[in-house]
Amino acid sequence: MAQGTQRKFSPEAQKEVDKILFSYGVKESAVLPVLHVAQREFGCLDRAAVELVASTLGLSPTRVAQTASFYTMFSPAPLGKHVIQVCTNVSCSLLGSEGIVRYLEKRLGVERGHTRPDGLVTLSTVECLGSCGTAPVMAVNDRYFENLTTEKVESILRELGL
Amino acid sequence: MAEKILLKNVGIPGSERLETYRSRGGYRALEKALRELKPSEVTDAVKKSGLRGRGGAGFPTGLKWSFVPKDVPGPRYLCCNADEGEPGTFKDRVILENDPHMLLEGIAISCFALSVVEAFIYIRGEFALGAERLERAVAEAEEAGLLGPNVLGSDFGLKVHVHRGAGSYICGEETALLESLEGKRGLPRLKPPFPASVGLYGRPTVINNVETLSCVPSIVQNGPEWFASIGTKGNTGPKLFAVSGHVERPGVYELPLGVTLRELLFEYAGGIRGGRGLKAVMPGGSSTPVITAEQADVKMDFDSLAAVGSALGSGAVIVMDDATCMVEVALGLTKFYRHESCGQCTPCREGLGWMVRLLEGIEFGRGSTADIDLLLEIASGISGKTLCPMGDAAVIPAQSTIARFRDEYESHVRTGGCPFKSAAGKVE
Ligand SMILES: Cc1cc2nc3c(=O)[nH]c(=O)nc-3n(C[C@H](O)[C@H](O)[C@H](O)COP(=O)(O)O)c2cc1C
Ligand code: FES
Repeated sequence: MAQGTQRKFSPEAQKEVDKILFSYGVKESAVLPVLHVAQREFGCLDRAAVELVASTLGLSPTRVAQTASFYTMFSPAPLGKHVIQVCTNVSCSLLGSEGIVRYLEKRLGVERGHTRPDGLVTLSTVECLGSCGTAPVMAVNDRYFENLTTEKVESILRELGL
Repeated sequence: MAEKILLKNVGIPGSERLETYRSRGGYRALEKALRELKPSEVTDAVKKSGLRGRGGAGFPTGLKWSFVPKDVPGPRYLCCNADEGEPGTFKDRVILENDPHMLLEGIAISCFALSVVEAFIYIRGEFALGAERLERAVAEAEEAGLLGPNVLGSDFGLKVHVHRGAGSYICGEETALLESLEGKRGLPRLKPPFPASVGLYGRPTVINNVETLSCVPSIVQNGPEWFASIGTKGNTGPKLFAVSGHVERPGVYELPLGVTLRELLFEYAGGIRGGRGLKAVMPGGSSTPVITAEQADVKMDFDSLAAVGSALGSGAVIVMDDATCMVEVALGLTKFYRHESCGQCTPCREGLGWMVRLLEGIEFGRGSTADIDLLLEIASGISGKTLCPMGDAAVIPAQSTIARFRDEYESHVRTGGCPFKSAAGKVE
């Protein structure tokens, strides 16, 4: 690995990682928790991030990369500042999620599954978010927005400055 | 039901806090278990209560606990399944966000019964608020001596981890969950051996759903006879029904097992939206076979739904009105299962993609009658031929909609497209 690419956790993130390492008796079980910290810290799990997680845990980078690539919440490439995920599973689609996705595509000028060139927003469709009673639903980063209509979506976008 | 058990604290301000939970009688069952009962007596009570697993399969909880070998030295584990990924299901989230201490109390009592000193709550990664509230609840309980090294001053100690998943439906399957907890890809394991003997880190492990474990405090507090008096014979206790889709008032309803579907939909969920007619219901999540409006008098319990060829599953009731295209529903769900297939077993990995292509053909006007039969043939080549039950689940949307609504598939074929085409969505 080239010198300059060596990554480090920020002191706060390192504290969180230490707490995780302390709490799990079996270090393999700390893989997902530490990957979560790294994803948040670096915005994605690129090679340098995976290598950092691996060396933190004393595991091989291949072992960690194999795990990371299985899970949809871990992204190998950077995502937009706002990650908008619209549920298109059954209950949401019964109540018009397709219309919501199309509205977002048009309004944001980005197709589902893509990040806008300015890096401000990633739009994707996701499977059931466990919020089907308030369908249609989308998540923006960690936060759920429920009972969506196009009007409601519009005001959320404005609030986000999009 | 007059008295709420699982949702009794929901809606009370600060319901997620320890002081609120305690002020409403919380942690008294744990105290009772530790002071008055032997571990085996707790297991006996759970057995006698008739409690069956709320995660999908309806397996008797006390019986599952009794499979854990008693004479094996070394650690054993409890894993609480809070992965809640089955489409249509949003009931565990209500407990996780609003009453995390009820779950923790259930976990603590269950661990006492099972001689477990380390437990994991595997919560789906997207439930950020639930995870945050659970973590705070664990900290509060440790602080108050309700968890930690000496629970309520006894020599029973318990460490509870809140472990976040990272976006994978299959990790709700119990052995995939264990793999994921071990920091690996969520690939289900071949059974046997069952987790009760070889589970987390190769040790005896019990895996139970959030709602299942949340029933335990009230069983201990009020007695197994009381619990068994709720519901129907062999299907005891309260149940959370998560109603979604085309109803006026979607939401989570707590009712005794055995309530009729009609009552649930029309008395509680406000009937079908916009005064339309009821067409079909998936009564227990997307993995349970659709039933039709004519079957609305079925009792919502494990055995009654099995008798009409469906299942209670997770208790997620997905309601479809008479303007719903069943081919479109089957297509959407088959795509979902294809996406979530872990890829280990060829029939599931390859067969689902094939089914999606055929369903797309039918939905978008390129299908033939032979395709409908081919769908059934592929489905029977997947069902029962994979190492975890996901293969069986994955073909149910197509299989059961063809079984109940074959005429609709045929009319797609005949008219060369979808007869329900609406403005909102029918473009390939
Ligand atoms: C593909 C698949 C996904 C599952 N997802 C979940 C889930 O999200 N939550 C859950 O509690 N059980 C889920 N289950 C069922 C679990 O394997 C297991 O039976 C359950 O957690 C046992 O708990 P119980 O006995 O309390 O019901 C799933 C099963 C399969 C096959
Ligand atoms: S189907 Fe959209 S949240 Fe469940």
